[in-house]
Amino acid sequence: MRVELRDIRKYFGAVKANDGISLTLEPGKIYALVGENGAGKSTLMKILSGYQPPTGGDILLDGQPARFHSPADALAKGVGMLYQDPLDMPPFRVIDNYLLGRDRRLRLDYKSARAELVALASRYGFAIDPNATIDSLSMGERQQLELVRLLAGGAQVLILDEPTTGISAEQKEILFESMHKMTREEGKTVILVSHKLEEVQELCIYAYVLRRGKLVGGQELPCASEALVEMMFGQLPQRSRRPAFTLGTPVLELQDVTINTYQLTVPDVNLTVRAGEVFGFAGLEGSGQRLVLQACAGLMPPGKGHVRLGGQDVTGWGYHRLQQHGVGYVAAGRLEEGLVAGLSLTEHLILARPEKQFFIDWPGNRAAMTERIATYQIVGQPETTADALSGGNQQRLLFALLNTPLKLLLLEHPTRGLDVRSADYTWQLLYNRRADGTAILFISADLDEIIAHSDRIAVFSGGRMSRVVDARETTADELGHLIGGQA
Amino acid sequence: MNQTQSSGSGWVARVWPLVPIVAALLFTSALLLLFGASPAEAYRAMWDGSFGGSDKILGVIAFWVPLVLCSVGLLITFTAGLWNIGVEGQIVLGAIFASWVALRLSGPAWLLIPVEIGAAMLGGALWAALSAVLKTRGRVNEIFSGLALNGLAIILTNYLISGPWQPPEGGSFRGTAPFQDAALLPRLLESRFSPLSLVLAGLAFAAVFFILRGTTWGLKLKALGKNPASAYLLGVSSERETIMAMMFCGALAGLGGAVRVLSWFDSLRQSISGGIGFLALLIVMLAAYRILWVPFIAFFFSVVLNGSITLQLKTQLHSSLGGILTGVMVLFVLLFGSAKQLGIGGQASTGAGDAPEAIPPPPADTIAGDITPNVRGGD
Repeated sequence: MRVELRDIRKYFGAVKANDGISLTLEPGKIYALVGENGAGKSTLMKILSGYQPPTGGDILLDGQPARFHSPADALAKGVGMLYQDPLDMPPFRVIDNYLLGRDRRLRLDYKSARAELVALASRYGFAIDPNATIDSLSMGERQQLELVRLLAGGAQVLILDEPTTGISAEQKEILFESMHKMTREEGKTVILVSHKLEEVQELCIYAYVLRRGKLVGGQELPCASEALVEMMFGQLPQRSRRPAFTLGTPVLELQDVTINTYQLTVPDVNLTVRAGEVFGFAGLEGSGQRLVLQACAGLMPPGKGHVRLGGQDVTGWGYHRLQQHGVGYVAAGRLEEGLVAGLSLTEHLILARPEKQFFIDWPGNRAAMTERIATYQIVGQPETTADALSGGNQQRLLFALLNTPLKLLLLEHPTRGLDVRSADYTWQLLYNRRADGTAILFISADLDEIIAHSDRIAVFSGGRMSRVVDARETTADELGHLIGGQA
Repeated sequence: MNQTQSSGSGWVARVWPLVPIVAALLFTSALLLLFGASPAEAYRAMWDGSFGGSDKILGVIAFWVPLVLCSVGLLITFTAGLWNIGVEGQIVLGAIFASWVALRLSGPAWLLIPVEIGAAMLGGALWAALSAVLKTRGRVNEIFSGLALNGLAIILTNYLISGPWQPPEGGSFRGTAPFQDAALLPRLLESRFSPLSLVLAGLAFAAVFFILRGTTWGLKLKALGKNPASAYLLGVSSERETIMAMMFCGALAGLGGAVRVLSWFDSLRQSISGGIGFLALLIVMLAAYRILWVPFIAFFFSVVLNGSITLQLKTQLHSSLGGILTGVMVLFVLLFGSAKQLGIGGQASTGAGDAPEAIPPPPADTIAGDITPNVRGGD
């Protein structure tokens, strides 16, 4: 099925998640859709799979305009999406999941459904036991089941969102095999949404690159990974002429830290961050940098290795204990992880302060918050609730809530969503903390930011940390190589 | 404190809370007409049952006191985002602990009563702590552990009544022998109302009011209830606060249980709580978590439920009418104005997970069946 997207726009308030995207997908081919986090990939794919309607623009299937009312409607018209987390019902059996939403009769025809399921699965080399319960399946098997369900539902266009996350090497092999079969032999259209450029290179014949809601280009594959990275991130900036800061003693030391999650293993991280240093973690989303940051914050216990803070072994310490010992952490999700909707700015300050009074000194805290509002240029009152602030102001509030002095400050995307001026101001405030000997470790999706503000940089790719590079000496080429997973 | 947030569409918003009350009255009237009874007569009988004499009024107040105790306790757990359905069992355990003191120890009233009250609060708190620890350590939802513990508490009562605490004259399976006089709360005029219990309820109300208004603990609970993840990152220990909140509520529920055995009754009975815990859950929901409304709604409940006893005596109607009326009212409140639509959604956070209106109240007839304030019998 030939898919044409014409001038797809999706606005969330003032945010243009998709800003006039037009592209064409030919049958029988595997396409890649790449772009950094927030580039608009998911939004576009949710529109194409009927999950949400576009603000404007048209979808054409084989030249005919199509309008989807729901994902089920899209599937009936031939478009199916495999989500990163399979949409199945864990307590059910495989066969029940397969029938769910397909057989609309009162009495289910298990016998023929079972035969159909086994036949379809074996055609693509999948081995699924129809009577197994979903709980007992691996991520890869659940994915296979979901794929079979979509195919049985008549999908001619398949969207796969990060399909190789959390599945084994063999399952990946089988998956790639089946994708080739679907396209080459059956003429289906497959779209791969992925951050893993090696896989994109291996599998796809063409990549569409999104950046900040716009289609910035297409690229025949395979090609040099740097070319893709450059399109995804834009032109890499020149190094800043920030004066060097005399670094102090080591604040954070990671020794052979290994983190295991069901999706990713981050092996043997060795790292030293010194007082006053700004250390940036680069890499595509989900490459392991966030796990390392969380391990430093005590939010993710390392499977192996040691974490030292100011020379003291803090391996296995919880977040609250580290917090009391001068570690600050600002997560990316502002209203999800950090702020409480419905509580006022003053109330946040009271909670965040290390010294806890039994009775709240409202006037004193209100005055303290007023002071911080001025320092951090927050547009709001002490009584304003956190959810009533704009995104940028929420970010400034999170910084305002950090205590002083801090030994170590861990930041996720410190200036995401801020305009240039407030981003600069945020960094100015962060630099001020260097004077107190605070070490700053941050991750960012914005390579400009990492190069402009870090002293040293490490790049993560598929869970592995690269060698540490000096921000003043690195080149765009070097970072592009590292992000693409080459040494 | 939330009024400022109400979507101030003038008088509609202000009158809106009355709509479910009127609707419930209309619905119940229609029901009465359907059965050929006169609504006016029924409501008059209920009114007489509650206000037709000082003994009646004191009865209403005596029933109201433990309701307020449990309701303000529940405000603490609701604030922390906890569904303490186990409040019913916590009342029973409070009653059992107080009864143990009353039956097994002896001494002057000034000594015995504080010990009873202390034991009751301890009993309720420990029972609640079980739910809390099952939640924080065993990841058992507090609703389910609460329900299970409610059942266990009733079984424990029945065992005690028919076993070790059986009255000497033989098991009646209705209750223990009456407690010694020194163990009972001093009551006003031959009624079941003890002024001391009113003082205790007032203290509990004030304590909860100030905890939620002006203490760091109250603020922590608020943060925990609205967004546990953010609260954690801000430094709130969810385990500690969950256990403390549950134990606080359990202690107040236990106190309510003590008031039930030591002043409403004079012994440990089979259905010692009489569904007060479930009623308190409804009261807090109806009040949309605003503490200042709680005493008034609790009083209204007490009036309706006490009034319906007279209803049965004076008319041919069953006393469960009171239960139906309150139950229907809660349903209408949930129907017409889930907290957000009412513009009183200050507590209902933006997250979907903690919307308290997701749980329907227990069916009206169960409540009515349990609420039989006149089972005092035997005297």
